[in-house]
Amino acid sequence: MDCYTANWNPLGDSAFYRKYELYSMDWDLKEDLRDCLVAAAPYGGPIALLRNPWRKEKAASVRPVLEIYSASGMPLATLMWKSGPVVSLGWSAEEELLCVQEDGVVLVYGLHGDFRRHFSMGNEVLQNRVLDARIFHTEFGSGVAILTGAHRFTLSANVSDLKLRRMPEVPGLQGAPSCWTTLCRDRVAHILLAVGPDLYLLDHAACSPVTLPGLAAGVSSFLQMAVSFTSRHLAVFTDTGYIWMGTASFKEKLCEFNCNIRAPPKQMVWCSRPRSKERAVVVAWERRLMVVGDAPESIQFVLDEDSYLVPELDGVRIFSRTTHEFLHEVPVASEEIFKIASMAPGALLLEAQKEYEKESQKADEYLREIQELGQLPQAVQQCIEAAGHEHWPDMQKSLLRAASFGKCFLDRFPPDSFVRMCQDLRILNAIRDYHIGIPLTYSQYKQLTIQVLLDRLVLRRLYPLAIQICEYLRLPEVQGVSRILAHWACYKLLEYEPRSGEQVPLLLKMKRSKLALSKAIESGDTDLVFTVLLHLKNELNRGDFFMTLRNQPMALSLYRQFCKHQELETLKDLYNQDDNHQELGSFHIRASYTTEEHVEGRVAALQKAAEAFNKAKNDFAAKATEDQMRLLRLQRCLEDELGGRFLDLSVHDTVTTLILGGQNKRAEQVARDFRIPDKRLWWLKLTALADLEDWEELEKFSKSKKSPIGYLPFVEICMKQHNKYEAKKYASRVGPEQKVKALLLVGDVAQAADVAIEHRNEAEMSLVLSHCTGATDGVTADKIQRARAQAQKK
Amino acid sequence: MAFPHRPDAPELPDFSMLKRLARDQLIYLLEQLPGKKDLFIEADLMSPLDRIANVSILKQHEVDKLYKVENKPALSSSEQLCFLVRPRIKNMRYIANLVNADKLAGRTRKYKVIFSPQKFYACEMVLEEEGIYGDVSCDEWAFSLLPLDVDLLSMELPEFFRDYFLEGDQRWINTVAQALHLLSTLYGPFPNCYGIGRCAKMSHELWKKLEEEEDGESKGRRPEIGHVFLLDRDVDFVTALCSQVVYEGLVDDTFRIKCGSVDFGPEVTSSDKSLKVLLNAKDKVFSEIRNEHFSNVFSFLSQKARNLQAQYDRRRGMDIKQMKNFVSQELKGLKQEHRLLSLHIGACESIMKKKTKQDFQELIKTEHALLEGFDIRESTGYIEEHIDRQVSPIESLRLMCLLSITENGLIPKDYRSLKTQYLQSYGPEHLLTFSNLRRAGLLTEQAPGDTLTAVESKVSKLVTDKAAGKITDAFSSLAKRSNFRAISKKLNLIPRVDGEYDLKVPRDMAYVFSGAYVPLSCRIIEQVLERRGWQGLDEVVRLLNCSELAFTDMSKEDKASTESLRVILVVFLGGCTFSEISALRFLGREKGCRFIFLTTAVTNSARLMEAMSEVKA
Repeated sequence: MDCYTANWNPLGDSAFYRKYELYSMDWDLKEDLRDCLVAAAPYGGPIALLRNPWRKEKAASVRPVLEIYSASGMPLATLMWKSGPVVSLGWSAEEELLCVQEDGVVLVYGLHGDFRRHFSMGNEVLQNRVLDARIFHTEFGSGVAILTGAHRFTLSANVSDLKLRRMPEVPGLQGAPSCWTTLCRDRVAHILLAVGPDLYLLDHAACSPVTLPGLAAGVSSFLQMAVSFTSRHLAVFTDTGYIWMGTASFKEKLCEFNCNIRAPPKQMVWCSRPRSKERAVVVAWERRLMVVGDAPESIQFVLDEDSYLVPELDGVRIFSRTTHEFLHEVPVASEEIFKIASMAPGALLLEAQKEYEKESQKADEYLREIQELGQLPQAVQQCIEAAGHEHWPDMQKSLLRAASFGKCFLDRFPPDSFVRMCQDLRILNAIRDYHIGIPLTYSQYKQLTIQVLLDRLVLRRLYPLAIQICEYLRLPEVQGVSRILAHWACYKLLEYEPRSGEQVPLLLKMKRSKLALSKAIESGDTDLVFTVLLHLKNELNRGDFFMTLRNQPMALSLYRQFCKHQELETLKDLYNQDDNHQELGSFHIRASYTTEEHVEGRVAALQKAAEAFNKAKNDFAAKATEDQMRLLRLQRCLEDELGGRFLDLSVHDTVTTLILGGQNKRAEQVARDFRIPDKRLWWLKLTALADLEDWEELEKFSKSKKSPIGYLPFVEICMKQHNKYEAKKYASRVGPEQKVKALLLVGDVAQAADVAIEHRNEAEMSLVLSHCTGATDGVTADKIQRARAQAQKK
Repeated sequence: MAFPHRPDAPELPDFSMLKRLARDQLIYLLEQLPGKKDLFIEADLMSPLDRIANVSILKQHEVDKLYKVENKPALSSSEQLCFLVRPRIKNMRYIANLVNADKLAGRTRKYKVIFSPQKFYACEMVLEEEGIYGDVSCDEWAFSLLPLDVDLLSMELPEFFRDYFLEGDQRWINTVAQALHLLSTLYGPFPNCYGIGRCAKMSHELWKKLEEEEDGESKGRRPEIGHVFLLDRDVDFVTALCSQVVYEGLVDDTFRIKCGSVDFGPEVTSSDKSLKVLLNAKDKVFSEIRNEHFSNVFSFLSQKARNLQAQYDRRRGMDIKQMKNFVSQELKGLKQEHRLLSLHIGACESIMKKKTKQDFQELIKTEHALLEGFDIRESTGYIEEHIDRQVSPIESLRLMCLLSITENGLIPKDYRSLKTQYLQSYGPEHLLTFSNLRRAGLLTEQAPGDTLTAVESKVSKLVTDKAAGKITDAFSSLAKRSNFRAISKKLNLIPRVDGEYDLKVPRDMAYVFSGAYVPLSCRIIEQVLERRGWQGLDEVVRLLNCSELAFTDMSKEDKASTESLRVILVVFLGGCTFSEISALRFLGREKGCRFIFLTTAVTNSARLMEAMSEVKA
């Protein structure tokens, strides 16, 4: 094991990079890679090669051949190219091959060379021809960007929902840019291009110049640029042999490097690991490969033959005629365990387990050392994690053995991480087998999810393996076996079906947008959810779309919010579909006073609301709605009859308005019809009559029967209208409990004092006392004080 | 009075940097559209913008005319239009109408939309649907934190409350996470995080994700803020629903403090003009009374007035030289203080006038009865009368909600009759208001199962605590319940009073509600900070229906200084009230630490109720 780190290369002080072979390729290439258009899909996807006869001056006497291989070099398809000259190849996220022709037509092929469809990038492109093209990936799916002969850019961010965007002109652009790339930010695809010493960023509306912070001086042109896998970082290579690395927002420089090679590199790609602080790019020339990061020295490799780089989530794949390798930053767990002389708990545990197999007592020593530090759980976890990052089964096994050994000495180590890693590795080893040829790393596999992996196996028609995996993981039938069988059946169907327009919709159904939706919801990013929602909305019929929403409350409420503003009718349909009668009722109520203007329309809307509330078994709301219908009709009659404004008043205000208008009889009638309780009616009349200052009527009213609200309110309201004379009339009728308060209100301090003293109520006495002001009340105050003193004596 | 901080109380981080950042970014965005341009500003953004960049700064960057985004056609003749808006669909329609009208008229101009604090995909979708996506350029002004005071940061997103707690829309969670991320980038990592509530949990998780993705900018920074506490508003509705009686809260309830300033009308200024006054720590008079119970404020102000007079009076015995000194050095300060003093005295008088008219004492008495849970019938009667007399639609609603939450929902009879009365008084559209309130859990009906509460409490006496917990769980699964009474008992929210509660020398946080009630939110924060986590609070968490939603996240503290560990950031998701701020400021003084408040917006009972109300357009 001493030589285990032999292929580790340090970059600076803090990181190691290693390169190992995935497959030795036994594809039988007839051409050199350099003579071909090459496209390799990420996530260990397939490789497409098209010998490129158009670029050379040679006459196209022989028809070129399009070949598709698995990552291990197993042939998947071979076909004669019969269409027009191709400028660029690329794989979509669904592993469909996009071939961009010179005339702007894009042909789409399946993994097995089956023709799917074609589309055009528009007239402008057709006229000016395609100079260069790129296939890129966004949240929407896969896009195509075209540079035309007129040096204008056209792009579509999603080829399955083709919307062409012609980018604005770059002012003063004469020739082709020296290099360019697509750059996705906030779900919008931009183009970054270099013209001489200048950089420009194009979005759909504007062209803005870009300056890179801390870029070295003396640059007169840019030769290469690379955007990282996650679109967060950008690297540029200049004609001075200088590399600038920074954030794709152009806000910050991460590092720079001078490699002193002025020859333009063939390829430059990012090589970084998620959650790592290390940033590095891999640059390839004809015979040289260089890893460059935040360190004074770079790592260099010699390339024996033509090679091609494929950026991945956590590293770079490099393939050539004879071999296929993976280059990546050594993950933390592996580094801790295998670094020379490492004392990390995982490293000690691995040692301990080896000694144990040799039946050496050292095993105990090592184990004690870990346990004394209380680090055994970490040690086990480290070994499990490191096993995931190892490519060779032997090394995986030995790490897992160490983990299992360590686990024996722990009481309560939850077994699931160990079990899951064993399962994951078994699956990974199975699909990495060269017959299958999907060399996923553990991180890529986790990112891709098991569901998508199963889809990809199905796409490769590897049904037995897919079914085995489902059974092995005990996935529920619906997700697993039966789905795969359905695909298998579909595939059989497809095979026998004549090539027709039926194929495409059938294949569309196989997409996993619903899975995408739940993943988006998990992320908490509402924008992402909305993106998928719109996708689903176009993809599914309304019923299915609503059904999907129903199971996802978060997405549902998001969509509802959108509908409330943009598509009111859809909102109604949504509630209908859900049998959500309560919300439907509310919807009609709102319509009754926002969208409907005439009374008839409003009543009709309320009628619908009442029906919905009845269905929702909400008697209260139904009843209230019916009352409102009655009220509206009544209010219209009143307006016709009496003039003035009644519509939209509440019941209370309707009655008040009637009283103020002198319509006492009508008021009584409405109050009865709408069952206005006595107390309310008294408050209402009292207030209205006082407003009218109709004191006579008020007195009559007060004597009509015993007031249900007492007589203090009468006193208060008269005083409010500054009518002390009237107030006094009622003060005498106020009940004993509020008498003092009433007397104070009308300013009869002396009598208030008498009552308080009579009540022998301390609180009342203090209240009166606080109202005693000036000389006139002096006598009263004394009286109270005396009464108090007397009360205390007793 | 105006209790001083302990001498060793830690310094607060300097938040003025946030303003500078926001201003620089805005200027950068304006410069992106070179040349003269007209700026259209959404009404809600005007006050926050004013705190960041005044008109002259805007003019310096070639903003020609300013317009308000409203439902009227704009008459701008500029060749370049810039819109500064919140990401709302309604605004997109406004912009689309404007651009499409130009198109019809054959006019081409440049349009730029600046979304604050971020753009949403839904907005871009609308622009696209309206066919103008290619005509406008979009940008973000990531201005999410406005420092309203030395210890108060506001996101100025009052709609957060309705969007999240009523509509279930999670769009702002990302904004919260971004804001936290910004703070941790500027003021160092947060060693300890606690939180309660679904939104708190999601925000925290999203924020952690952001931190992980980041290139370690805050790596190696020393933390300035030792603890962060995130709290969802729905964990404690009660406190937010109470009438406020500390001065700042009362000013907010009476005059509405908006974006840190208040418009005092003629009745306060005793002139014929209104006056806009900034209320913050810089106002020497205000800073001494803001956290005081209202009953102390008047006497404090009159004492202050006397002192001021005495200082003026010193002039009498002065010779010329002394007088010159006095005029040049002290007079201006004194005059300023005099002006502020008369303003606050005016405000007090105005408050007194309003409150006595509404029989404020009765109202407070009813609230306290609800909080303590006695005389429920009498309180219900009071509320009914309140409705019958049409005192105020918002106030009536507030009292109904307070009754519902403290009583775990209204009994069916009251639920129906109060609602009926309310509709008769204030109009039938409030049927929708009630539906909203029910959905948010603010006004509910006791489920038939709740009559079991009595049985439940009997049972729980017979069995162990744990089993009782299970039984309660089973009951509460019937409906989301507030369990306020049980929580209040567990956390001792109603202080036992021996004799009079001395509001001049408060002994606990209850002083902010006249000694009758310790704000639940603040008590939770106090308890968790004391215990460094949720240990021993399981029962409370369960009663709050937050069993899965209370979390602690502690990292190594080796880098945090003891100083920073006494600085606590409290994040209120859905708004916080000035009473809560005052209560925690008090707690901070008692414990020798400082609280910083981050809220989606400053709120009060009226704002909460308005957010839930359906109003006829």
